[in-house]
Amino acid sequence: MIEFELNGQAVQTAADPAMPLLWYLRDDAGLTGTKYGCGIAQCGACTVHVNGQAMRACMVPLSAAAGASVRTIEGIDSAAGRAVQSAWAALDVVQCGYCQSGQIMSAAALLARKPAPTDADIDSAMQGNLCRCATYQRIRAAIHSAARALQEGPTHG
Amino acid sequence: MADRHGMALGRRGFLRVVALGTAGFAIGFDCGAAEDAASSAPDSPATFGDFVRIGSDDTVTVVIKHLDKGQGVTTGLTTIVADELDADWAQMRWAFAPADATRYHNLNWGPVQGTGGSSSIANSWQQLRLAGAAARAILVEAAASAWQVPAAEIVVAAGVLTHPGGRSARFGSLAAAAAALTPPAEPVLKTPAQFTFIGKHVPRIDSPDKTTGRAQFTIDQRLPGMLTAVVARPPRFGGRVQTIDDTAARAVKGVVDVVRIPRGVAVLADSTWAAIKGRDALQIEWDDSDAEQRGSQQLLADFRQLAATPGAAARNEGDVDAAFTGAAQVIEATYEFPYLAHASMEPLDALIALTDGGCEVWTGCQSQTSDQRAVADVLGLAPAQVTVHTLIAGGSFGRRAVPDSDFVVEAATIVKAIGGRAPVKLQWTREDDMRGGRYRPMCVQVLRGALDAAGQPVAWSQRIVTQSFLRGTAFEGMIQNGVDITSVEGARGLPYAIPNLRVDLHNPEAGVPTLWWRSVGHSFNGYTTETFIDEMAAAAGQDAVEFRRALLKDAPRHLAALDLAVAQAGTAPTGKGRGRGVAVHESFGSVVAEVADVVVDDDGRFKVERVTCAVDCGIAVNPDIVRAQMEGGVGYALSALLREAVTLDAGRVVEANFDRYRPLRIHEMPVVDVHIVPSDAPPSGVGEPGVPPLGPAVANALRAATGKPQHRLPLGERLA
Repeated sequence: MIEFELNGQAVQTAADPAMPLLWYLRDDAGLTGTKYGCGIAQCGACTVHVNGQAMRACMVPLSAAAGASVRTIEGIDSAAGRAVQSAWAALDVVQCGYCQSGQIMSAAALLARKPAPTDADIDSAMQGNLCRCATYQRIRAAIHSAARALQEGPTHG
Repeated sequence: MADRHGMALGRRGFLRVVALGTAGFAIGFDCGAAEDAASSAPDSPATFGDFVRIGSDDTVTVVIKHLDKGQGVTTGLTTIVADELDADWAQMRWAFAPADATRYHNLNWGPVQGTGGSSSIANSWQQLRLAGAAARAILVEAAASAWQVPAAEIVVAAGVLTHPGGRSARFGSLAAAAAALTPPAEPVLKTPAQFTFIGKHVPRIDSPDKTTGRAQFTIDQRLPGMLTAVVARPPRFGGRVQTIDDTAARAVKGVVDVVRIPRGVAVLADSTWAAIKGRDALQIEWDDSDAEQRGSQQLLADFRQLAATPGAAARNEGDVDAAFTGAAQVIEATYEFPYLAHASMEPLDALIALTDGGCEVWTGCQSQTSDQRAVADVLGLAPAQVTVHTLIAGGSFGRRAVPDSDFVVEAATIVKAIGGRAPVKLQWTREDDMRGGRYRPMCVQVLRGALDAAGQPVAWSQRIVTQSFLRGTAFEGMIQNGVDITSVEGARGLPYAIPNLRVDLHNPEAGVPTLWWRSVGHSFNGYTTETFIDEMAAAAGQDAVEFRRALLKDAPRHLAALDLAVAQAGTAPTGKGRGRGVAVHESFGSVVAEVADVVVDDDGRFKVERVTCAVDCGIAVNPDIVRAQMEGGVGYALSALLREAVTLDAGRVVEANFDRYRPLRIHEMPVVDVHIVPSDAPPSGVGEPGVPPLGPAVANALRAATGKPQHRLPLGERLA
């Protein structure tokens, strides 16, 4: 039995410990916002937060989640996460939208540790997230915009 | 194909209102392309369009007959209706249409429903304006009747009908009364100056769901008792199963069944992970006796050999041979393009369930009526017994529109093989998607150009060698006089005024399945024509822009787009390793010019820093979505230009995943600056036209920086 915290709730599962966290989230927990894109940590569509760090859920075996705090796009509740989502919508970043949960999770993790990222910071934090619609220019702009909103604080937001 | 102006308003258009009980009414307008069906069954509601529903809850739902795979048509088509209706944007909703070739056919295509050729907005433009205007007219009539005032005195704005006498009402409160009225045969449409949403900014209607993880794709669907299927397919195209040992696969916990299907062997399990593990455990020997065994190098060599002989003429003007003989200067280049995967972020998938009366299919469906018919054929049903639920798709770029219905049929064969005892979600893995064929065809081209002593171009010859993916399909009509028009599009329409001009084509057979890929033939023909014209300018000792301008005197839209892009690009950056290139290309009714600024280092590594883009797409319904499609087109094309190639080694696809097939990433994305050419012409395409000019603009910039032309794609990390 593997126990961990998922979006703030305690969960336990008897699923195969070798199964990637991705498939637990999607098939067992019904949290389909986290997407399958490659299965080898090359595209970032499955990005979630494990203890606050952006991780590719397709390469995290369920056993490695034991005792951890896992957060998915459905459970985003940080100021950074909300600022990112709001900037994404304001700039209409999305096209097909399939990769965007992963993009948002990577961006939220970046802002949580670097509140005012440079372009180089964005390049390095977001390089693992593919977008075939090539929404990259708007992703970059939305991260900068979310950073500004966070710095200005909610009263100016 | 209809011209870029799409359907004119047919005099014999039909309008029909269908009461939806207390829910309000639905309205549709058919502009004539379904006249045959209409005349044979004039009273059948199914004969007529059905695009706008107004509920008593005051929502307006636009029925979307096209697939939204990211290009934004759910927003765009909704915008068109909202504008003519004078609705409040907040009350607008959308829903995908059911499969129906009579009501929901693509007006540019004939009696089939489908999305492609960047046609969604263009073919729906008049149809949805009429539907919106007609709905508005009967709402006004209902209000006039209820208030006992002249209809002409009623003003409609932002979802509210108002009379100067003080009465006002929202749409919802009038919907039931309006449902009993007959709409006008020819509703009055707005002039562009009256547009309230068209050409202005509205937020994408799908942004909220796509930024919260709520958006539902095919992969997210689940039905009670559903099994997930993963299929083992032959490693070479055209291979077949010889023997199977499924003992180990069946021993995987969660695997429920293993079945033979025409395409291979399907493993069905109660979870995706179990299905993947089960498939990995299959022991299969394949019979490759009929399979394609050639590798990419051999195929290219075969194509090059063909390129030495004349092909079928796609265009032949003047006396090309004589012009070359008499020329002062002749230049020639041989180009090579690889197979390309669409590599949409959502791997292919489809959910299918047999029901008492037939079957239901859920998928990001790009060819609703042909997929419906194909599934019906597999299952021995009538098409009407197959209900198609279109879902948004995580990309497509053409991959989900397959003449033989490919993966949708595969799902049907699996549910058939298990006797329909459970709903089946077919899930392709990334490796399946990458190795599943249906690639942008490999292509070899030979271009020759002749200049006279004054540096004037006098002859142009373009030979294209590439596979046809339409031969033997329902699209065979697009092969005319031995010329597959998708192979020569963007080449036979060369806009430059060159007196002697020839385009010819070979469509060799190869066992590698190919398909349309964002911008189709324009993807290579835009590259060859726009790099070669640049090389001719250089050979003539002329400026690349001025050389083009002189040859575009009779192509005002090309000229305007080129001039706008060049003006907006401003002064070219100068310095070591810097270069600027331009390209202009028409596709899918739109003209796009792009100016690329690059920097190349001493090792041949380079970066595309900025792309300035000008697009003439007629009226830009949603300017911000037009800009987004240009940005995306630039990124998609740059990705292919830099590194993308599907290669074969003795018939086996080498690349399987994003570790070897490496699309563009954020640090490689240039700044893209998009400008829209003002226009009052009806809308034309935007999903694809941003793609073709990018490659040549960058290649021309690289040649400007290095002196070396680039004739073989992809370019790779370093210039050769």
